[in-house]
Amino acid sequence: MTTRAQAQGTREGPLSAAVEIERAAIRLGGRPIVSDVTLTVARGEFVAVLGPNGAGKSTLMRAILGLVGLASGSLAVLGAAPAQTRNQIGYLPQRHGFGEGTRIRGIDLVRLGLDGDRWGISIALGSRARQKRRAERRLIEDAIALVGAAAYAQRPIGELSGGEQQRLLIAQALVRRPKLLILDEPLDGLDLPNQSAVAALVKRISTEAGVAVLLVAHDVNPLLGYLDRVVYLAGGRALAGTVEEVITAPKLSWLYGAPVEVLKAADGRLVVVGAPEAPHVHSHRHGDP
Amino acid sequence: MIGQLFQYPFMVHALEAGTAVAVLAASVGWFVVQRRQAFTGHTLSVMAFPGAAGAALAGAPTTLGYYVACLVAALALGRSRRPQARGYVGESATVGTVQAVGLALGFLFLSLNHAVLDGLETLLFGTFLGVSQGQVVTLFVVAAVTLAALAVVGRPLLFATVDPVLARARGVPVAVLDLAFLLILAVAVAATTQITGALLVFALLIAPPATAQLITMRPLPGLLLSIALAIAIAWLALGIAYFSIYPVGFYTTTFAFAVYVLVRMGRWIASRG
Amino acid sequence: MFGHEFIRNAYLAGTPVALACGVVGWFVVLRRQVFASDALSHVAFVGAIAAAVLGLDVRVGLFVLTLAVAAGMAGLGRAGAADDVVIGTVFAWILGIGILLITVLATSSGGGNGLTPASTLFGSIFSLTAGAARLAAVIALAVTAGALLIARPLLFASLDAELARVRGVPVRALGAMLLALLAIVTAESTQAVGALLLLGLIAAPAGAAHQLALSPQAGLAVSAAIAVAATWGGIALAYAIPALPPSTAIIALAAAAYGASALFRSSAVLRSG
Repeated sequence: MTTRAQAQGTREGPLSAAVEIERAAIRLGGRPIVSDVTLTVARGEFVAVLGPNGAGKSTLMRAILGLVGLASGSLAVLGAAPAQTRNQIGYLPQRHGFGEGTRIRGIDLVRLGLDGDRWGISIALGSRARQKRRAERRLIEDAIALVGAAAYAQRPIGELSGGEQQRLLIAQALVRRPKLLILDEPLDGLDLPNQSAVAALVKRISTEAGVAVLLVAHDVNPLLGYLDRVVYLAGGRALAGTVEEVITAPKLSWLYGAPVEVLKAADGRLVVVGAPEAPHVHSHRHGDP
Repeated sequence: MIGQLFQYPFMVHALEAGTAVAVLAASVGWFVVQRRQAFTGHTLSVMAFPGAAGAALAGAPTTLGYYVACLVAALALGRSRRPQARGYVGESATVGTVQAVGLALGFLFLSLNHAVLDGLETLLFGTFLGVSQGQVVTLFVVAAVTLAALAVVGRPLLFATVDPVLARARGVPVAVLDLAFLLILAVAVAATTQITGALLVFALLIAPPATAQLITMRPLPGLLLSIALAIAIAWLALGIAYFSIYPVGFYTTTFAFAVYVLVRMGRWIASRG
Repeated sequence: MFGHEFIRNAYLAGTPVALACGVVGWFVVLRRQVFASDALSHVAFVGAIAAAVLGLDVRVGLFVLTLAVAAGMAGLGRAGAADDVVIGTVFAWILGIGILLITVLATSSGGGNGLTPASTLFGSIFSLTAGAARLAAVIALAVTAGALLIARPLLFASLDAELARVRGVPVRALGAMLLALLAIVTAESTQAVGALLLLGLIAAPAGAAHQLALSPQAGLAVSAAIAVAATWGGIALAYAIPALPPSTAIIALAAAAYGASALFRSSAVLRSG
């Protein structure tokens, strides 16, 4: 079974898919990071990007953002070349939480997500400019309301808890009403209730606003029940499909090139056992799964 | 009695210069506090010393020496700053070394020139006597240019300061802005040094913005408040120093510190109530 | 060269002081407290002036004020490290008082028992008496011994405060102790190397050592070695070239060592690329 066939089922009319990757290979500093990734993400789909550390998940996200080029293969984002559509992508990169001393309010951080890269100051002269100003303020308030952070957006971000900061960062990524949201390990460092809450929030945003979501994570479990599909990266290759299809012992063993077991707990949680953490050097592969 | 102040040209010049410097220092200083670059700001201001001493040795105008020395130091610091590692262990060691080297060079120039070390005090602690009309004009021009530069780069600079990872992903040239800010800071402290002296630049560069940021974290209001506080401090200090035998530097730092402490205590009391 | 007593005294005092600076500085750079060190050295100068005004021995002022400020810094921050804005504002205020006291000193009778801002700021290692040199040596050696005594727990506390606390290491107290040692070496060395240049001996040798990926023991040794070498070389150079002040020579050598190790590190990074 191929990934394309599944993805095509959810495509709507002439609108291109959110992300179309065909046999992409990426190298960094001469070393191969991923060697053969094929993936299509439809508009409004919620896809998790899984895999061990060093598998190339973040690098693949950066390629979609146009920050890293492909060594071979093709990559189309929202129907165009990656760098061209960067403005329509909301990006939440991996970064350290904001320390106590950070002297900026949450709402200002969200505002920077809207116009932080614009040079010069915007003075509201004339009614057109004032209207624009009002519209921008609405965008910010809506984004903050969407993530449920209105109660604490006015406080200094350094004072907020991990979960609260993460919601504001998601608002920051959403503020320009993107068509594609890329979240790089947003659940890291959050406790379980917060992980669930963020996963549910992302699902709600994806459904309500029709935003395609690529969420990079270590562990699929907090996301079970919200996901449409997963992409599993390991050994430089990728497998896409539903959770049941991809996270199985034979599939993952093929991916890793080493025997891997998938255990299922009584409550439905999945545990991958025996997977090597270090990035696998691409060696000869024999046969497909 | 206040009217007396405005009768003397030197005093008017001093007040004008003080205002220009207050605006300049407080606006740049707002970013310095955000970026936690107080140490860098101090080091750059201290470069005024080798700048002035070197200028004297070379027979060049002192003011030129200030600006050149501060800019050269900014370039040296900019080249050595590692963009990816915030709070990289070596950074403060570099800033400290640059400061020590600058001072050592200044001392050397002074000794070579067999210069009388009287001027040292003025250089380090400031003066408001003998501010010429030309100096005032230069300071206002420098302030205007710096404010314009801040207006252009301020927003991406703030973005790069609080959220460098995302800023870089969004195409903000973080490394370039870091260097640009160092150059802006160099110009600001070179100008401020002429009034407050090399060692007391903080009174206008750090204290008013730090106070303002205790009151509000909103960028534009905070910036304007810093400037207002700095102007008030400068005027009060100059006014009182006129009537007193004690130097203006003492009053600037004392008022700046007092305001900061008062606001800080006020917030502490408010948080307990 | 060694025939001259002033040279012998310079080496007698300079060597242990350099040793102490190298060792204490290694921790100061690791903990990113170079700014605090800078503040203390500026404050030391004010302590000396204050003592002169009050008619006390200069040393009393030096030690009392630096230790008081060090205690303040230790108390105000988390794990014994204060905010850079607070440090800056406080030391600017103290320097402001310093200029006030300079004025008082200048206008009072006696003019300050030979104490000039220049000597306090830039040092006079060639004007030490044998007694002063011996005292400086003893105090510096005591500081070095103290630092080495607390080195291991201090290292643990500096690298991983949380874990250290859990294991019963008195993190805060150790931070305070380091600042106290820093204050003592600052106060004592002010007379030899001068307040403003002390920063160079704290920052540059340690900065150089931290550029090279060494174990803590090796790092401490390298830092101390560079500091001592710079001091020996600096004194010799200043003896050979009368126009070169000793403190300038010492700082120049220490900074050169830092520059060299930074170049070495970046070329190593490029090679492994």
